[in-house]
Amino acid sequence: MQVNQKEFEPVIAAFCCNWCSYAGADLSGTNRLSYPSNVKIIRVPCSCRVNPMFILRAFQRGADGVIICGCHPGDCHYTSGNYFTRRRMTLLFSMLDYLGIERDRTRVEWVSAAEGAKFAATMNDFTETVRKLGPNRRLEDLRCRKQ
Amino acid sequence: MRKIGVFVCHCGTNIAATVDVKAVAEALGHEPGVVVSCEYQYMCSESGQELIKDSIKKHGLTGVVICSCSPRMHENTFRKAAASAGLNPYLVEIANIREQCSWIHKDIASATEKAIILGKAAVAKIHLNTPLTAGESPVAKKALVIGGGIAGIQTALDIAEAGFEVDIVEKKPTIGGKMAQLDKTFPTLDCAACILTPKMVECAQNEKIHIYSYSEVTEVKGFVGSFNVTIKKKARFVDETKCTGCGLCTEKCPMKKVPNEFNMGFDNRSAVYIPFAQAVPKVAVIDPANCMMLKTGKCGVCSKVCTVGAIDYKQQDTYINETYGAIVVATGYDPIDLGKYDEFAYSQSPDVITSLELERLMNAAGPDGGTLLRPSDKKHPHTIVFVQCVGSRCDDSRGKPYCSKICCMYTAKHAMLIREKYPDTDVYVFYIDVRTPGKNFDEFYRRAVEQYNVHYIKGMVGKVEPKADGKLSVQASDLISREQLHIDADLVVLAAAIEPDKTARPLATMLTTQMDTNDFFTEAHPKLRPVESATAGIFLSGACQGPKDIPETVAQASAAASKAIGLLCKNSITCNPCVAHSDELMCNGCSSCEKVCPYGAITYINKEFTMPDRTVALRRVASVNPAVCQGCGACTVACPSGAMDLNGFSNSQIMAEVDAICK
Amino acid sequence: MQEAMIKRAKELLAEGIVNRVIGWKRGEFAYDSTPAIFETPEELERDFVYDDLTASNLSKYLIKESRKAGKILAFLKPCDTYSLNQLTCEHRVIRENIHVIGIPCDPKIDAEKIKAKGISGILGIKNDGVDLTIDTIYGKESMPVSEAIMEKCLSCKGKKHVTYDELIGEDGELCDSGRFDMVAELEAMTAQERYDFWRSQLSKCIRCNACRNVCPACTCEKCVFDNDASGIANKAAADSFEENMFHIIRAFHVAGRCTDCGECSRVCPQNIPLHMLNRKFIKDINELYGTYQAGEKPDSVSPLTSYTLDDCEASIVHERGTE
Repeated sequence: MQVNQKEFEPVIAAFCCNWCSYAGADLSGTNRLSYPSNVKIIRVPCSCRVNPMFILRAFQRGADGVIICGCHPGDCHYTSGNYFTRRRMTLLFSMLDYLGIERDRTRVEWVSAAEGAKFAATMNDFTETVRKLGPNRRLEDLRCRKQ
Repeated sequence: MRKIGVFVCHCGTNIAATVDVKAVAEALGHEPGVVVSCEYQYMCSESGQELIKDSIKKHGLTGVVICSCSPRMHENTFRKAAASAGLNPYLVEIANIREQCSWIHKDIASATEKAIILGKAAVAKIHLNTPLTAGESPVAKKALVIGGGIAGIQTALDIAEAGFEVDIVEKKPTIGGKMAQLDKTFPTLDCAACILTPKMVECAQNEKIHIYSYSEVTEVKGFVGSFNVTIKKKARFVDETKCTGCGLCTEKCPMKKVPNEFNMGFDNRSAVYIPFAQAVPKVAVIDPANCMMLKTGKCGVCSKVCTVGAIDYKQQDTYINETYGAIVVATGYDPIDLGKYDEFAYSQSPDVITSLELERLMNAAGPDGGTLLRPSDKKHPHTIVFVQCVGSRCDDSRGKPYCSKICCMYTAKHAMLIREKYPDTDVYVFYIDVRTPGKNFDEFYRRAVEQYNVHYIKGMVGKVEPKADGKLSVQASDLISREQLHIDADLVVLAAAIEPDKTARPLATMLTTQMDTNDFFTEAHPKLRPVESATAGIFLSGACQGPKDIPETVAQASAAASKAIGLLCKNSITCNPCVAHSDELMCNGCSSCEKVCPYGAITYINKEFTMPDRTVALRRVASVNPAVCQGCGACTVACPSGAMDLNGFSNSQIMAEVDAICK
Repeated sequence: MQEAMIKRAKELLAEGIVNRVIGWKRGEFAYDSTPAIFETPEELERDFVYDDLTASNLSKYLIKESRKAGKILAFLKPCDTYSLNQLTCEHRVIRENIHVIGIPCDPKIDAEKIKAKGISGILGIKNDGVDLTIDTIYGKESMPVSEAIMEKCLSCKGKKHVTYDELIGEDGELCDSGRFDMVAELEAMTAQERYDFWRSQLSKCIRCNACRNVCPACTCEKCVFDNDASGIANKAAADSFEENMFHIIRAFHVAGRCTDCGECSRVCPQNIPLHMLNRKFIKDINELYGTYQAGEKPDSVSPLTSYTLDDCEASIVHERGTE
């Protein structure tokens, strides 16, 4: 379990709704479509279950990128959950951007249960994007913790 | 202290080939609270499950983490196994190390590291799991069918046949719906009334069925198993229990100039009327907008002639409250308003009609006794042009983007019937495509073309202009021969798109069911749950869900009935225990949660609380109905105080997973 | 104005329409004022003040007060009425138990700004509209009024009362004081500059909770930061999650509910421009979901508890971002 010390390996937390994106992630597994092991998935019933606090917590505990995946708008299992997600995350991300946090560390992506390929592609792309950004220091260190 | 067992599955080599399962079991064995950690070839197998059950009993486990395939695959299997060993099934968590680990990663070291982290997250979560018990709620053994067309009638008959009480609420004075207005039906050409009216009579006679005609649903409360519904019985000014349907009042009524809706306004009815001869219930109704007695207080003829004293000018709307276990929506469709289609001169010429109007003109009980005559001069039309897709498959705001589905077939039917009865008539049909999927449908269409020589022309009619001689000049293009056509027609028939009934939208709001952008009810799953709405206990029958012909409507009506029967058969329903719950002590009563709940599961109660300073305070607090809540969690984020939490996916559980993953 | 208010309060007390009055009284120093409850005409005569220094928003106190027996008279400035409306909307106050008198409001004076000029030992302040004459123990000082106006009044939403039972004086108009200009300025900076700005500001926080305690939107029965079960309360560790994210979480919790009354920044002992966080949410909501001001109407639906089918995607943050 030695991780190459030279290359930065980002920690990516992915919140996936049970009905679409988690199933999409399962499908990319079934189809053996690989994406980096940096991505760890947390299952939630609906993307609207994702409290902004979870995202902030992830960053503060060492995540370098957080992605929220849900059903496409109009396809929510609970009919309207992802519409609330969309507003909440837009405002949260905008706030993080306002605080000077790199906006590429957060993302919302709609992935259906049929989009295993999209799930893998999204995770590949997101991991690479975050890897280029380097470790998340700004949000962890918003109050001069590591002077 | 929790006693947690960790069970790592090899899944043959599916997991074990890329994840060092021994290392995973070893690493997780050191996690806090873990008392046993082992691996096995196939955890889901009989012997794998035995291993789990034995460990639960042997170690007195209070939590089980299984590192295996996706929970979507075997979560239930393992929950059942745990339950059979005496452990609450919700004290089982799955770490998905197959689909989301071994199958997508190639490097054993990193895959193993990830599997351990996923396992740690599951262990961290299970420390916070609580035993959950699925609640039960009772089922009222009665169904409500909203809409009394063929869909509602079929659903009601099927439910009654199964032995359950069923009420039909129909907004018009009679049941029967659109089908009662149709002349013949495709593809068999039997008369609509002949097959429909016996069913209407059956509804009236069935002891289990109660018909609330001329009534509307005004309020729906409650949830699956016990919907409390308020039905408004509109005043019909005729006592239903006394009226014998003799029709004397309708003959004597002096106000006879009211356009007859049933005949699409081609003839007139009286102010007191029975919609048509076979109406069910066969009870007169007074149209208050046209009744002289109700408008001016002068007349009273109907009251004088009624031998049973059924006329009651003072009748008021009444409201009825009933509880139902299931609700079936069968609100049907209407043709769209063609008022904006000036290019077809629909508003300008009485001889440009819709297909539904043509049904009445051709019907033996119609205004002309079944002889097809032009509305303008009552002469026999010799050239008839049918225009397909008027407002269907349309991309402007006047029409609908979807295919109305029934028009191709009824137009073929009309064309065929006309050619059969009046062989001297030329019939043209302008179409974009002819769509005839369905049993014996294409054969039917081909008969129209081949046997009856109906002129089918692929192309759209550009303009219809009334001419001075009474003819209609039809300009069209033939897309195959690439010619411009000019036809002088006597009658133009427009296949108007169909749209959901206007009452459907407010009804959907009352029922907290979803609709698509066209106001058709959305089914719970487009393929696998086509007759259920996403709201438990609410089923969809007929064209309210999408355009349908009669056979399809009846099939769906029976399917909806069987779903409703399946529900009504149960004495109680088991609820999903992973639902939201509010901590009353923290709840602000601010209503944020209520606003985001798609199911109307949250209500507010005023409750007395003894406060920390021993005073008693009356506070408004949220209360979640676990039978209605589906567990999406929208409310938990909307709640500013964090009083609202979700069983199985609580704030602290998810936070623990986040911590474990990000460490 | 103060006299008219006392007179009307006495009348309402005498008529038995209300049994107490919430207003302001002088604090420990001449330049302090503090919210206070008055039950008798004598108390009103003796202690009631309304002047350039009575800046605090009284609405939050009505949560508790409106639940007590009898009706309370509340004197509310235009911006305070927004808070009351929002609290009514959230069922936090019992509006029927409050008799609201809308009072006009001139920009308030910030004693801290006077002190920052090196003026100390303040005994009293006179305002002729252009200049302040400050009576101190060392003699008279003066400075332009414009330099002493309270920050929150510099970005006033307007002088219109959005709820009241009666008015003293005229109702004013909404005004555009460019309250989003500062947010826009920050938005125009680079991410590094924004980060440096906020990091230096938020690092000053001593977690005294004054912002939370004064905020009329922070009215939870139990704050999540005080709730062990929430998973975020963590008082002991200095580098805890809660310490770091407090202001972001608080801003998100009041997003769509904040009436932009500016009390958070007014009370912050470290002078952190906290309202700039809340105002960012308001600006975003206005730009993305249509103009919305919490509290403007008593029955409005927060943009965070509603949606439209064609809302923008979260990626808009990338698309419209600077840099």
